[in-house]
Amino acid sequence: MKTIKILGMGCPSCQATEDVVRQALQQSGKEAAVEKVEDIQEIMKYNVLTTPVLVVDEEIKIKGRVPDVNEVIELL
Amino acid sequence: MLTELANYITFHLLQLAPESAAGHAVQFFVYDTAKILLLLVGIVFIMGIINAYFPVDRLRIYLSNNKLYGLEYFLASAFGAITPFCSCSSVPLFIGFVKGGIPLGVTFAYLITSPLVNEVAIALFAGLFGWKITVIYVSSGILLGMTAGFILGKLNLENYLTDWVRAIQQNAIREEAAFEEAHVPFRDRLPVIAKDAWGIIKGVLPYVLIGIAIGAVMHGYVPQGFFERYLSADNIWAVPLSVILAVPLYSSASGILPVIQVLVAKGIPLGTAIAFMMAVVGLSFPEAMLLKKVMSMKLILTFFGVVTLCIIFSGYIFNIILV
Repeated sequence: MKTIKILGMGCPSCQATEDVVRQALQQSGKEAAVEKVEDIQEIMKYNVLTTPVLVVDEEIKIKGRVPDVNEVIELL
Repeated sequence: MLTELANYITFHLLQLAPESAAGHAVQFFVYDTAKILLLLVGIVFIMGIINAYFPVDRLRIYLSNNKLYGLEYFLASAFGAITPFCSCSSVPLFIGFVKGGIPLGVTFAYLITSPLVNEVAIALFAGLFGWKITVIYVSSGILLGMTAGFILGKLNLENYLTDWVRAIQQNAIREEAAFEEAHVPFRDRLPVIAKDAWGIIKGVLPYVLIGIAIGAVMHGYVPQGFFERYLSADNIWAVPLSVILAVPLYSSASGILPVIQVLVAKGIPLGTAIAFMMAVVGLSFPEAMLLKKVMSMKLILTFFGVVTLCIIFSGYIFNIILV
């Protein structure tokens, strides 16, 4: 099972990213552990400048924008 | 063309008399709404495209590896102007800059201009005041970020960062590369950009419409020169007063720009109005709350104080230049 982390300090875009991830999981029928990382100190460990960030298995996949559902399905 | 549309709806469909206050107000509302909507869609979309392709990480690496003799203030400030206003990205960016060894003043230049010059404000300015005033607003926003950033940089405020940010700063590393997303063709990115743009527009639209509606009512019913008595250019306190009143307002209040346009039409000096607008979008309490994670209260107050003074100062300059 993959671990998906959504990095962001709780802005609307970060919320939207979480919704997209949940949709992608539902549509693909796959399972993954979804975790939201809202603590700025945690976020900065990933060395990113823009949020939201999508991290799959500790690897940065998308940053600075809200992904598309199909895009996320491909990453699962 | 928009004028004809507005005239048609107001005087033909609604059968309002062109000379009546209601006729003036409705015509104004229809015309302004149509014009601002078109600009808002166009500008938010274009900024979305620029932003999707702007190499933030490369700019940071460039700034941290090159000695630029003052140009870095301009680059950081201009960069702040083209990134969209999202207070949630400004904190990670702030730390990212600090981590890259970029001086605090330069980082502040970015942090000041970022909310000040944003796509919604640009669209509203262009629609309400025309392109000339818009260019003046944008360039003075960039200049203001540079100036205030420079002043803050000279104040040696490093000690007032939160401890963990200071630790990061002391261990600043000059990075050569950062993660870059695989190249996605423009065709595939377009739907995402469009969706984001729509999200931004949807978010501000209610405020903008309410703003235009209030502006329209004032346009139709408030007599010419009504406000001038209180906020005229001769009144030395008008600029600081309007700036201080504006700070507590949140930036969704860009919706009040249509109201300000009417105030200007009714006699308030443009410089006072621009200063008010800068204070509304540039400084907000929610932003201060986010910054508390990285700065001590003293630093936040200094930061807000310097920016407020710069805005007041620029308001006076505008009132002298823009007569």
